[in-house]
Amino acid sequence: MSSNLAAHSEESPSRLAQLRAIILGSPIVLIATLLLVAIILAAIFAPFVAPYDPVRLSPGQRLRPPSEVNWLGTDAFGRDLFSRVVYGARISLIVGVGAAVAAVLLGLIVGLAAGFFRTLDAILMRVVDGLMAIPNILLAIAIVALSGASLWTVLVAITIPEVPRVVRLVRSVVLSAREEPYVEAAVAAGSSTWRILTRHLLPNTIAPLIVQGTYICASAILVEAILSFLGAGISPETPTWGNIMAEGRIYFQINPGIIFWPGLVLSITILSINLLGDAVRDALDPRMAKRGIDR
Amino acid sequence: MSDLLFDIRNLGIGLGGDRRREVVKGISLSIRPGETMCLVGESGSGKSLTALSAMGLLPKALAPTRGEVLLKGEDVLKASPKRLRELRATAMSMIFQEPMTALSPVHRVGDQIAEVLVAHTGLDGNARRKRVLEMMEEVHLPNVEAIYRSYPHQLSGGQRQRIMIAMALILRPQLLIADEPTTALDVTTQKQILTLIRELREEQGTAVLFITHDMGVVAEIADNVTVLRLGEVEETRPVMGLLRNPQADYSRRLLQAVPSLIPRPPRAVNDRPVVLETQGLGKTYVQSAWFGKGRSVVAARNVDIKLRQGQTLGIVGESGSGKSTVARCIVRLIDPTEGSIRISGTEVATISQKELKPHRRRVQIVFQDPFRSLNPRIEVGESIIEGPTNFGIPRKQALERARELMELVGLPGSALDRYPHQFSGGQRQRIAIARAIAMDPDLLVADEAVSALDVSVQAQVLELLDEIQSRLGIALLFITHDLRVAAQICDEVMVMQRGEVVEYGAAAEVLGNPRTEYTRALIEAAPGRDWDFGHFRSVAETLSGKAEA
Repeated sequence: MSSNLAAHSEESPSRLAQLRAIILGSPIVLIATLLLVAIILAAIFAPFVAPYDPVRLSPGQRLRPPSEVNWLGTDAFGRDLFSRVVYGARISLIVGVGAAVAAVLLGLIVGLAAGFFRTLDAILMRVVDGLMAIPNILLAIAIVALSGASLWTVLVAITIPEVPRVVRLVRSVVLSAREEPYVEAAVAAGSSTWRILTRHLLPNTIAPLIVQGTYICASAILVEAILSFLGAGISPETPTWGNIMAEGRIYFQINPGIIFWPGLVLSITILSINLLGDAVRDALDPRMAKRGIDR
Repeated sequence: MSDLLFDIRNLGIGLGGDRRREVVKGISLSIRPGETMCLVGESGSGKSLTALSAMGLLPKALAPTRGEVLLKGEDVLKASPKRLRELRATAMSMIFQEPMTALSPVHRVGDQIAEVLVAHTGLDGNARRKRVLEMMEEVHLPNVEAIYRSYPHQLSGGQRQRIMIAMALILRPQLLIADEPTTALDVTTQKQILTLIRELREEQGTAVLFITHDMGVVAEIADNVTVLRLGEVEETRPVMGLLRNPQADYSRRLLQAVPSLIPRPPRAVNDRPVVLETQGLGKTYVQSAWFGKGRSVVAARNVDIKLRQGQTLGIVGESGSGKSTVARCIVRLIDPTEGSIRISGTEVATISQKELKPHRRRVQIVFQDPFRSLNPRIEVGESIIEGPTNFGIPRKQALERARELMELVGLPGSALDRYPHQFSGGQRQRIAIARAIAMDPDLLVADEAVSALDVSVQAQVLELLDEIQSRLGIALLFITHDLRVAAQICDEVMVMQRGEVVEYGAAAEVLGNPRTEYTRALIEAAPGRDWDFGHFRSVAETLSGKAEA
């Protein structure tokens, strides 16, 4: 009985205090958060952070190694690598956050419907199963190829393959929550379906969705980079981390920095987001935290 | 001193081993060989923690702060992990409340018992198997060869608990710690397990530390009783002394809170309007299959109920008897497959959810688990007014009424803006009742509504229901597995077994003069049924006293 009480009073500290406890909880999470904040700030204030215009060509300065003038060196067209990586963060973060938000919202709506309405469930879940059978990248390339490359189509192409995971997650939460006595009490009180969905079921999905959202964000950034690298993404003159690396591939032996630097920032970003996601998950689900890092 | 097998001296347990944050505050108790000591107390009294500390199984957040736990003179609190492992199973063992979770679901139960022998003896495979089968015979399992090869989910709850006992006693430990071992079982099974523990204690001379919250069980099994409250010993007495003449105030209150098995006299309600009438009500679950015939399970069949305003009907039965199915059909949380349900004259069994909506408010339900029956994320006031506002009552007016209702159920009206976790289990159940009566229902269904509560809280909630009924004149349908609760609150009792009604009539008639074998077995299995706890005397004495008066 006493453990029961403890389990139910977990919501008492305020959200802000909870967030602070998560971030300050371990040095690794703190470092990850600081790095992520630095990258986000650099992306927002790119015109002030970047010393040069990322698309300005200087044919005389081709493939320079790092120096005091060009901190990370230059690429094959003499463009400043540091400036390009900073501007590239903008696209990556827009795609990452955009895809995460879109996939979560879309998946939430479909998942709630599938979890609550038995008849819809059978149909929706088969569609979801079908989508899951197609490899993410392949589906994304197909969508971009069909509708032409732009930021919007890339965003859509990355979002759609992520939706099925969210749908399944939301559906399973709804299926177990609808058995709770307080939901049945609401049914007995004559509450409308809309009210039961929004008031009693939806809040249960928020914690797992925050966690899932961070993973989708990381995965979307990676997929965008892959699409750009393969030439199926945003047009090559736009600086994105994938585009920069794709160009650098040819000159790898002359200036490996063109691949190395954006790759490093990409890795750090994804690692930081995933670490933060893990920390949030541990904080929201105490059972997981006890088991340690292994998932 | 030397004749004490188990001796707890001034044991304290605190959060992080901190003296200032103690949850167990200096408990002492001792057990001689072959003796049964019952540790009684309500939730939070520290009874389970005391037992866990003896086994070295305290949760990580807690640690002993003082005192010693002596097993044959050896302090187990100071024992090394290696020594503790040796002591467990050979010198002391423990059985738990829920045998399904205490057994591994993926190993055969026979192998699980044999595992104890692997860890502590040098017996070879054949000898182990032989020993396990013997032990399974000793705990009276039928067909031991077949059960040896079974997995836990293939056995009944009682059989699983027998397996746990076999595992605990196979190395003949001198001390058996039993933590609410029968709480999750049906009464008839509970009786068998209690008999088994008593028998093994006599045969093997095992001392038993038996933890329970149920005074009936205490009366059945204890030699001595220690009453705990908030981590402190209230009193330690031989069982008869405690039951006849409790010294501590708290023990007295605890005993008085135990409902009497002597049924209440039925109230005259024959002139009142009929609130609920079911005819041939039934629910069959059908699992359709693509090929061949699907499976079907009859959860309830042919249930005829007639309940008048101001009357209370109790449906009693063991798990799987279909009593909850009937309740849920009447509230239309599930759809019945046969028969009719008339609520104040309106047929509700067959109408669609949409047509049902206006009639929803006439039937309200209170659930068993107070921790799950209120949405933890919204304020309790919002929970209470949800129903009324669904029916068009303005928010402000509904809140005003909610405040009155909170006071009616004995809580401050100002607590409306608190969240469920800020209340205790009993308080939450009161809020759930307030939420139900906020709808002004004609019928209130209570589905095991007091089963999860401590006995003193249970008594208060039963009193509250009674008061509300006499004040508002609603009809009560009370689902319970506890015959004592049924006897105390119900005018009429319906006994169900495997989905069918086996007996239905006035409470005094059904419980006092049962006509069917099953009802008789149920009554006989009720623990402590010979004892009238509230009057500190045996039922026979109470009855003869009544006859004299």
